Amino acid sequence: MSLPATMDFLLPDRLDDALDALAARPGTLPVAGGTDVMVRLSRGRERPPAAVDLTRIPCLARWEREAGVVRLGAAVPYTRLADELAGPLPGLAAAARTVGSRQIRNRGTVGGALGTAWAAGDVHPMLLALGAEVELVSARGARRVPVREFYTGPGRTVRAPDELIRAVRVPEAEGPQSYAKAGRRGALVVATCSFAAALWPSRGTVGTGIGGAADTPLPALEAERFVAGELAGRRLWQSLEPLPDGVLTRFGELAAAAVSPADDVRGSAAYRRHAVAVLARRALGWVWDDYRADARAKEETCA
Amino acid sequence: MRLTLTVNGERHDIDAVAGTESLLSVLRRRLGLSGAKNACEQGQCGSCSVHLDGVLVCACLVPAPQAHGRSVETVEGLAGEDGPHPVQEAFLACGAVQCGFCTPGMLKSTEDLLRRCPDPGEAEIKDALAGNLCRCTGYGHILDAVRLAAARTRALEARP
Repeated sequence: MSLPATMDFLLPDRLDDALDALAARPGTLPVAGGTDVMVRLSRGRERPPAAVDLTRIPCLARWEREAGVVRLGAAVPYTRLADELAGPLPGLAAAARTVGSRQIRNRGTVGGALGTAWAAGDVHPMLLALGAEVELVSARGARRVPVREFYTGPGRTVRAPDELIRAVRVPEAEGPQSYAKAGRRGALVVATCSFAAALWPSRGTVGTGIGGAADTPLPALEAERFVAGELAGRRLWQSLEPLPDGVLTRFGELAAAAVSPADDVRGSAAYRRHAVAVLARRALGWVWDDYRADARAKEETCA
Repeated sequence: MRLTLTVNGERHDIDAVAGTESLLSVLRRRLGLSGAKNACEQGQCGSCSVHLDGVLVCACLVPAPQAHGRSVETVEGLAGEDGPHPVQEAFLACGAVQCGFCTPGMLKSTEDLLRRCPDPGEAEIKDALAGNLCRCTGYGHILDAVRLAAARTRALEARP
């Protein structure tokens, strides 16, 4: 607990003032809920020259829905995401509910998770499966980056040191979504690995994301191509038949082939590869079964 | 920096607060409020749970400067002039305290639950306490205490 008292903590209530602070001193650390940042600061793992508080800037704590997209302010905590956006974003709300404990979810944010870019973070797989976009802003201007191009390495992203994550743009659900997480217990647990699946009936695709099984969160691209082809080739969107076991198994194998896991305290590389295959198979089975049930219920209502 | 905050209704001005200092450190070391405990410093154990502007948080993970101008409620603020809080009474009645280290956090999480949800089911109770570890593993009595506290709070509120 003997830390040098040299880090300035700025408390702006305007976004422009936060951006000026980031531009003025490279390496200034943006802080929303602090749930990742404080663990690093308290252990002396990180000592930035300055930090800037994001919890007083009203536009970062808001969300809005427009044209089928939820624009989620970077400082909206998980509790609010889960309580207020479970309708348009059921998968992301479900993933947010598995983060830490209530105390953590009351503070932690999607923007913060993107800033930390920890491969095991719970919201990344679903952001990948949903095709979200990250809004970055600096004193130089603003840009949007697809989340599939956002992560570049362990804890590294395309965010420049003077850029702030302002919001995440997340397409609203048009079908079932599922987040499957493996961990050592049922509550307050870091994912050993995880898998997200989201159905997009209008495009005939299944979006995917894998957590905790490589240097970065990543989509299962081959598995996505495979299942889109099977769903179309077997005319399953029309027939609403169950997915054959062989398709589910192959989907899991292709997901496991996408990962490059490591051995660590939460699990071995071999376990993670196996678990990703199981989670992927289950998540796909769940979203397809839910889709069939929803479609049947709709048919009955119309008849 | 000079930090101004309200703790349990009382305003404090604290000088020379470091940017890296936590709200927990300010409460314990600057204000002498040792109810919130310092244990894991990772948000894993919940023994430092307090309310910040009415929201339950782990004080170890709140940078102290972020509490500037805000209102904090700690376990010391639970009891009123007429005695212990109903949640505290329920913990006493159920023997839900062994070594006592986790108790302040358990009390705050239970208080938070009953503020949000006066009639919680088992799943809601377990979710509310998932972030609070009891190393004595006294969870059975703790869960009894939460149920009793909920019943007593509802009875108090139902009174005309």
